[in-house]
Amino acid sequence: MNKFVFVDCKTVDEALGQMSDGAIVKAGGIDLLDLMKDGIVTPPKLVNIRNISSLQGITAGKDGLHLGPLSTLSEIAAHPEIQKNYTALANAAGHAATPQVRNMATLGGNIMQRPRCWYFRSSEFDCKKKNGASDDCHAHTGENQYHAIMNNETCAMVHPSSTAVPLLAMNAQVELTSKRGKRTVAMSEFYVPPEKSLINETVVQPGELITGVFVPVPEPGTRSAYQKYGEKESFDWPLADAGVVLVMDGTHCRKAWIVLGVAAPTPIRSTAAEAVLTGKTIDEATARAAASAAMKDATPLSQNGFKTQLFQTAIYRTVLLAAGQMQPDPSAIG
Amino acid sequence: MAPQSDATKPAAPNRTETFVWGIPQNGLQSKERQVGRDEPPPLPANSELTYIGKPTERYDGPAKAMGKGKYTADINLPGMLYARMIDATIPHGRIVSIDTSEAEKLPGVRAVHVIEHVYGVAELRDPKMEAPSRYPVIRYYGQPIAGVAAISQQIANDAAQLVKVKYDTLAFVVDRSDARAEDAPMVFPGPADAAGSAGGGGGPKGVPQTGNVHGPQQKKNGDVEKGFAEADVIVEGEYFTQVQTHSALETHGFVVDWKPDEVTVYASTQGTSSVRNEFADVFKLPKNKIRVITEYMGGGFGAKFGAGNEGVVAANLSRKANAPVKLMLDRRQEHIVCNRPDSHQKLKVGAKRDGTLTAIALTSYGTAGVGTGAGTAGPANNMYKCPNILTEEYDVFVNAGPGAAFRAPGHPQGCFAFEQTIDDLAAKLNIDPLTLRETIDENPARKVERQIILERTNWRNRKPAGSDSGPVKRGMGIAQSVWYRFVNMNSSCEVRVSRDGSVELLSAVQDLGTGTKTMLAVIVAEEFGIPPASVGIRIGDTRFPIGPDSGGSVTAGSITPAARNASYQVKQKLFAAVAPQLGTTADNLVLKGGRVAFKNDPSKSYTLKQVTAKMPTDEISAQATRVAEYSKERITYGGVDYVELAVDTETGRVHIEKVFGAHDCGRPINPLGVISQINGGILQGISYALFEQRIMDRNAGYMLNANLENYKILGAREVPEIEVVLVENYIAQSSTDAAGIGESAGIITLAAAIGNAFYNATGVRMRKIPMTPANVLSALGKVQEVQA
Repeated sequence: MNKFVFVDCKTVDEALGQMSDGAIVKAGGIDLLDLMKDGIVTPPKLVNIRNISSLQGITAGKDGLHLGPLSTLSEIAAHPEIQKNYTALANAAGHAATPQVRNMATLGGNIMQRPRCWYFRSSEFDCKKKNGASDDCHAHTGENQYHAIMNNETCAMVHPSSTAVPLLAMNAQVELTSKRGKRTVAMSEFYVPPEKSLINETVVQPGELITGVFVPVPEPGTRSAYQKYGEKESFDWPLADAGVVLVMDGTHCRKAWIVLGVAAPTPIRSTAAEAVLTGKTIDEATARAAASAAMKDATPLSQNGFKTQLFQTAIYRTVLLAAGQMQPDPSAIG
Repeated sequence: MAPQSDATKPAAPNRTETFVWGIPQNGLQSKERQVGRDEPPPLPANSELTYIGKPTERYDGPAKAMGKGKYTADINLPGMLYARMIDATIPHGRIVSIDTSEAEKLPGVRAVHVIEHVYGVAELRDPKMEAPSRYPVIRYYGQPIAGVAAISQQIANDAAQLVKVKYDTLAFVVDRSDARAEDAPMVFPGPADAAGSAGGGGGPKGVPQTGNVHGPQQKKNGDVEKGFAEADVIVEGEYFTQVQTHSALETHGFVVDWKPDEVTVYASTQGTSSVRNEFADVFKLPKNKIRVITEYMGGGFGAKFGAGNEGVVAANLSRKANAPVKLMLDRRQEHIVCNRPDSHQKLKVGAKRDGTLTAIALTSYGTAGVGTGAGTAGPANNMYKCPNILTEEYDVFVNAGPGAAFRAPGHPQGCFAFEQTIDDLAAKLNIDPLTLRETIDENPARKVERQIILERTNWRNRKPAGSDSGPVKRGMGIAQSVWYRFVNMNSSCEVRVSRDGSVELLSAVQDLGTGTKTMLAVIVAEEFGIPPASVGIRIGDTRFPIGPDSGGSVTAGSITPAARNASYQVKQKLFAAVAPQLGTTADNLVLKGGRVAFKNDPSKSYTLKQVTAKMPTDEISAQATRVAEYSKERITYGGVDYVELAVDTETGRVHIEKVFGAHDCGRPINPLGVISQINGGILQGISYALFEQRIMDRNAGYMLNANLENYKILGAREVPEIEVVLVENYIAQSSTDAAGIGESAGIITLAAAIGNAFYNATGVRMRKIPMTPANVLSALGKVQEVQA
């Protein structure tokens, strides 16, 4: 790990004043320290925002859910209002990583995680994403069992944030603050796909800090769920995950949002799957049809065809879970 | 295997003793043996003993739990330097130059050492086949090249980055099947062989080699062609297993303090003796100038014997810097320097309609990277009675880290293929798999173990294969293991009794976390009638009498007789020393229930302390060395493991719900320790079957998952309900009849038992591990098979 300056900030203004010359913001430090230990990022300065009290706290009211970006995943998972009205978010936060990690990891850090790709995360490999000279996507020609099965033509990394999945399904918004002021970005606009930019993974600009995450009040009849699937239950990265938000009228589905996590370089909505459910009665057949529609345009690589099957399972079972027609799946992980 | 001693040669007999013999469930019998004069009287069965055979809590448990136990990584000596290994960044090539000047200039760097010889890998039979060079040829990505020592770990790490290595690269291959191709890049330009370690591993020497294919090692019994001709049914199967890395919690490492009069070596090792031997060989030192210390050890699983490259580098750095040097491998290095080889096995088994085996044929190819030792024929050759057996084992060289002995070398792979083939045979003969094994298995302990499985598990409710409807299917399966009785005669203990009544045992034998200290305490405790926790156990130091290297499950069977004999002999010395003061003769004294009593007048008895208080000197001691086995009878050990599982056919997840194991290892000394070992073996076996696999990038020859994040090991959520029953098997071979359990503890059987249960659940045979979603969904026909 490189030597670096560590600045401990108590206020947002103080932090904004420190965020220059390649400084990286540190909240929980979970992903950042791994990246530093592996030599993937070598910041000269860490701006510690962990102790900024205005970035902490969760309030759930009539106008929606306000999440301080320093809310830990444990706090989100344990929050009664989130469990009740924003269930998928509580599920996603509560099943990420391990209990120890969830106690340290923050919401802001979780959505700002760098992508999972073992070529990206090894300093032995060079690629365009790392500003490198090599034109190759090593995943395309190499070992890609854990890589993206959709939108993977430019870069086959996957985005690992589990909370981003329900946040996207719930039309959340992210508040960004810089010295120039504040702006609000919808989750649907937050991530930048590799075909638009290989370097910028989010719309967050240098000098900008996430100062809030807002989730609007769900429509009456909303039910939601999130589940993830993979190789093992204890501390593993998902190979497929699905966030489902349904607006239900009995068993009739009025509206549906289906978001897939590690299918692509960014969390993506499956409008094809949503279309299958909208206006229909939810049962196993419609849930499976939605799952199948979601995978219709998948473009798996040489070794990850199984992920399309895993996603279909994740989607149909999570739709049924959200609709209250299935218990939480013992085959889900985390 | 462990150094096989001449343990079958009986000691000079001068008395006949009657020993308890057999398995309690079958009714215990007795057996007469000729034993040496110094041998203690025979031990009765465990049910009649006080400490032996009773659960004893781990001797050093509190120290470990409180962080007071000092492992090699915890050793910090005054003035100690920290070292970092520098590894190759290509998979195959020749080093043109190594420039260490920048590293040496870095403030705080004290020494740099460039490796001249790489240990633990195969070597060309004719070294002249390669052009001479001052540097070893690089044959795998991560091969150690040099080491640097500095005043802090950070400086050493930084300095390692400054060492510049120039290579001439050569073509490479990392995939076993690619390496078998005629035009594959050659890992070695000619035939090469690897030596085994004290823990086993290493393949045959001098066998034919074509390209990268080294072998076969052929084992032949009878005539398999004739056997297959006589068969009523023949089953065939092809099986694939992956490379597993050892992943010991404590990485390999040493602290070496090189002083002119003595080199002190703190080692994370399974064999203090093996380390001393290799240091003596490499540095041409007399053994009395080398001291090796391993007080606490964080696991080895077979990969930690001898000095290793890291020990040699640490010693050279210490000598150059004139200061102690600590060199611990990092996790990436740990994953690369050792592994269990993979396998591709073709099995054919012929049988009569009643199940009687007529022929077994096995051909296996496996890669131990740049080493050898990928054979898998142990179970096929040694489990069942069959008159015609032919096994042919090939090693395939690839440009990857060398294989090493790993908990029951060759057996988990072999068992995965063999015990599933036996299950296939049962299915084809329409015979219950347990019943079939009754026909073909002569081992008396496994017979009892199968009966226990039958009575105590759900086996009788087993449904035909693939009976469940719905996406989640349940099944049960069993598999059996075989392991061997190895004895290492380099096994000595000293036992001392002090005037205050305290007793201590000293031996160079090490405890790699398996409970050796506890087991020794139990042996001494039984002989003196004092609680095990009160016995002083000082082991893991070559200043003490020599101990066996712990590999091949030799430790318990080798060292406990020495411990008991030394305890017994020091007790006789104590009696002789105090008898006159007690007004009797030594042969009239007996120690029972913690009291020394007169044989001719049991009313006269004393506490141990009252007796030791009468010692003429402050200390009495005796040393004993392992004596040869009492008889030439050969026995094997084993176990039967039962698995209940659920297969989610839409996620490819295999959920292990219950494991029931029945195992034997002679006389269990500390059942708590034995069961703990079996629990560990079962979990490691599940982890091997479902999760673990080395993943190599085919284009760079680089291990992509050399960490504990993507190299997946079972965690708390994957632990099923486990129940273990120990079957005592008294064999009348030594003064303790103990045997190790490390190998036949579940690691051998679990993949096969899971495979058999998977078949029972789904009607589909898993021919490939690990059973990840990718492999399971592909076996179930849900997705296309993953390439390579």
